Amino acid sequence: MAATPWESDLVQQLKEQFGESLLEASSYVGQNFIIAKPDVVTSLIEYLKFEADFDYLVDLTAVDWPKRAERFDLVYILYSFARNERIRIKTRIPEGYRPASVVRAHRTANWLEREIFDMFGIEFEGHPDLRRILMPEDWQGHPLRKDYTVLQQDDRWVHENLGIEKGQ
Amino acid sequence: MPEATFLDSTELVLNMGPQHPSTHGVLRVILKLDGEKVLGTDCVVGYLHRGIEKIAENRTWAQFNPYVDRFDYVAAVSNGLAYCLAVEKLLNAEVPPRAQAVRVILTELNRIGSHLLWLGTHALDIGAITPVFYTFREREESLKILEKYCGARLTTHAFRIGGLQFETYDGFEKDVLAFCDLFLPKVDEYEELLTNNRIWIGRLQNVGILTGEECKEYGVTGPVLRAAGVKWDIRKAMPYSGYEKYDFEIPIRANGDTYDRYIVRMQEMRQSVRIIRQAVEGLPAGPILGRVAKVLKPPVGEAYVSIEAPKGELGFYVVSDGGPQPYRVRVRPPSFINLQALDRMVRGMLIADVVAVIGTLDIVLGEVDR
Repeated sequence: MAATPWESDLVQQLKEQFGESLLEASSYVGQNFIIAKPDVVTSLIEYLKFEADFDYLVDLTAVDWPKRAERFDLVYILYSFARNERIRIKTRIPEGYRPASVVRAHRTANWLEREIFDMFGIEFEGHPDLRRILMPEDWQGHPLRKDYTVLQQDDRWVHENLGIEKGQ
Repeated sequence: MPEATFLDSTELVLNMGPQHPSTHGVLRVILKLDGEKVLGTDCVVGYLHRGIEKIAENRTWAQFNPYVDRFDYVAAVSNGLAYCLAVEKLLNAEVPPRAQAVRVILTELNRIGSHLLWLGTHALDIGAITPVFYTFREREESLKILEKYCGARLTTHAFRIGGLQFETYDGFEKDVLAFCDLFLPKVDEYEELLTNNRIWIGRLQNVGILTGEECKEYGVTGPVLRAAGVKWDIRKAMPYSGYEKYDFEIPIRANGDTYDRYIVRMQEMRQSVRIIRQAVEGLPAGPILGRVAKVLKPPVGEAYVSIEAPKGELGFYVVSDGGPQPYRVRVRPPSFINLQALDRMVRGMLIADVVAVIGTLDIVLGEVDR
């Protein structure tokens, strides 16, 4: 089962608007998604909200692919109440890239972007209050990165408090 | 002129929680107050963070199934359903009709249980002591059915990827229908206690108003959205598990205040009974587990599936790299996202209203912190 091209009026409309910046529009297990270049994602999401009624940001998350040059996938799930349609916007960003925040268009993104910052260490440009949200403020590292293990934290603690190299 | 001292300041910063009976768990809200008036809030969450999404990456698809019960532990059956549906979507697996109907029955029973827990504790927060005894009495009956079905009351692990593990026990239908008969008049009883109660109305009406537009802006779903006049329920909008076959209504209200959210949830419990009765009466015979492999290896790909959980849209975004373990499991927790609107809802209100609004949002900290 492979992803099939997704063709619709909406995709046509978006292609006219964003041209080459839309890399792919596909469908997999009946779910439509668009892959776009990172620099247009914010304007794409704002366009979808104001011109195509995708007024509800369902979820915003990231996936870590450490072996890939563009290390992270950012995944925006959008829903339109008027169309009863759900789509995903995906973008690939390298380590250190600062994607623009979508808080201005969707207030939901505030905590969701904080969570991504906390879990993956991706910093959002223009976010009003980018702090850790689930982990303690002084936590080292970003737990949902693939190269993160809890042993790092453990070893640091035993080194500082017990003066030995390793806890396990 | 003497220097301004702290006595001249009218603002007071007050910590509410993480150990506070009205925050329903380990939620900490930092309140900025002017007398009793709330100027602003900051929620501090994460006290119950267990890294469940990270755990998923070190388990097999099936092994992770019991963990999802620990998100929203008062409606664990809903979590299991959402996770199973997401993995089944990746596997492209068919779930037999009997399994689907049993899933609907158990999920709706659990929705009633979740709403009853909300009603009892919410009323307790407002100062009405009696309802909690009544609601826990009926919730116990719904938990007994779950216990008889799968042996567990809260973290049930009721479903398996592809269907169910257990066939229903002898007398399951009778028990469920008996619960429906017992329960429906009890909803009227609760309403008699509260709906026209002057104190109840005084404490709830025009408190914590969130309009439909604001709900969409903050991504708030579930009864909160419906109380603001938006007729949207995933069971109707994007039916799953055969919900399209059942005849039920989506209760809505117009004002979007705490009182309306109370009315919507009361109506929802009645609708759940309606769904359960139809599902039991039309319960088909047949297998309970679809054709799924012993070791699950979904093809490379990703899917997002969401259901209407008691608290709102509960979704799972799952990514497979073709191996036996999930590459990434992301849960879209309704409580976490609904909680974000708290600040908007309580600004300019009184401290006592903060308690009412936290109650009406119906958050479960296991799901907020994961």
